[in-house]
Amino acid sequence: MNIDSIKNGFVIDHIEAGKGMEVYSLLALDALDCSVAIIKNASSRKMGKKDIIKIDAKIDLDMDILGYVSPTATVDVIEDGKLCEKKKMTLPEKLINVIFCKNPRCITTTEQELPNIFKLTNRELHEYRCAYCEAKASK
Amino acid sequence: MKSVIDIKDLSTKELEEIIAVAEDIIENPEKYAHKCDGKKLATLFFEPSTRTRLSFEAAMYELGGHVLSMSDAMSSSASKGESVADTAKTVSCYADIIAMRHPKEGAPLVAAMNASVPVINAGDGGHNHPTQTLADLLTIHREKGRFDNLTVGLCGDLKFGRTVHSLINALIRYKGIKFVLISPDELKVPSYVKNEIKDCGLEYVQTKDLEEFMPQLDILYMTRVQRERFFNEEDYLRLKDSYILTPEKLATAKEDLSIMHPLPRVNEISVAVDDDKRACYFKQVLNGKYMRMALILKLLEVK
Ligand SMILES: [Zn+2]
Repeated sequence: MNIDSIKNGFVIDHIEAGKGMEVYSLLALDALDCSVAIIKNASSRKMGKKDIIKIDAKIDLDMDILGYVSPTATVDVIEDGKLCEKKKMTLPEKLINVIFCKNPRCITTTEQELPNIFKLTNRELHEYRCAYCEAKASK
Repeated sequence: MKSVIDIKDLSTKELEEIIAVAEDIIENPEKYAHKCDGKKLATLFFEPSTRTRLSFEAAMYELGGHVLSMSDAMSSSASKGESVADTAKTVSCYADIIAMRHPKEGAPLVAAMNASVPVINAGDGGHNHPTQTLADLLTIHREKGRFDNLTVGLCGDLKFGRTVHSLINALIRYKGIKFVLISPDELKVPSYVKNEIKDCGLEYVQTKDLEEFMPQLDILYMTRVQRERFFNEEDYLRLKDSYILTPEKLATAKEDLSIMHPLPRVNEISVAVDDDKRACYFKQVLNGKYMRMALILKLLEVK
């Protein structure tokens, strides 16, 4: 499957090499019926190696998750076989139910129905902290 | 409607307003005796802390208000599996303001997100305890008359001691503060707290030696080494007596040093120091009540 074979969908390009599977699982792409391709270790002028994911459907893509897992990623939006938009990712300010707090003293460990909320506390260091207990997210 | 979960929830201007009100309460208590007539404070304590609960309750009574005390919080709702969110919604129906203490970090924030009345964090595990910091700030202001240009010694458990971290966070807002961080290697201030000091362009020294720096200090804030923070008894026993303040150690201290401690103490400050005019720790307890009064007034928007 190459880009031309996608009619309406996305090409997630410039994913940090090795992060493709993590993006695939966190975006729950395994649940899709459409065709999805993961390309690992594609060669890249800019990055040396990169991963690429192609999705042949207009799904509701969670840019926050994508930005969190691989802020280097870009998203090509394909409509009628043509590239109609290119989106750049940034680290999201807030993550809800993407990562989970591992601090045993955190309220989220006893009240499981609470949403796990993490806030970006240092953009340079990619540091996220739990909104409840302020424990650092472990990668 | 505002809640106070973390000392950072209060701007410097708000902190100074609360301090000004507390100082006015001290001068003119009769002016405030009926400010909260007909208002109710609910104290929800999911872990025992009699001294903090009494301070909140005394504060509300002195404002003319009433107190609903869920002193059996541990045995009732939580054990029936009720969530913090549901408890907060329920209690909002009865009370005008809530003070919550909870062993789990972040529980008061969950309450604040769900309550329809202001929530004050009265301590969430080892995490935040903003009204302790308010008590510390009023004490410093009353003893020194200022927050800038002070050399502040912090001694004892600087790793897990939440009161220390939040006091540092409040003081780095001011100019000319120098911190002397005195602790054993195992209990040093975490690096993110040191970075906060550096980011504000302030100085700190890290040392194991209290006596060496004693002559420089304007404030000496002692903390206890808490048993529950250690995984093994041996480490606790070895470190708990690291620093014990005695009249002898105070021999080289400034005449106007202020000795502070969040209390309760174990043995970090010898009882012999209590009669020293530089000892401020019992004044700190009283100041805590005044600051809780001022905070309740602020959050209830009572003029
Ligand atoms: Zn947490």
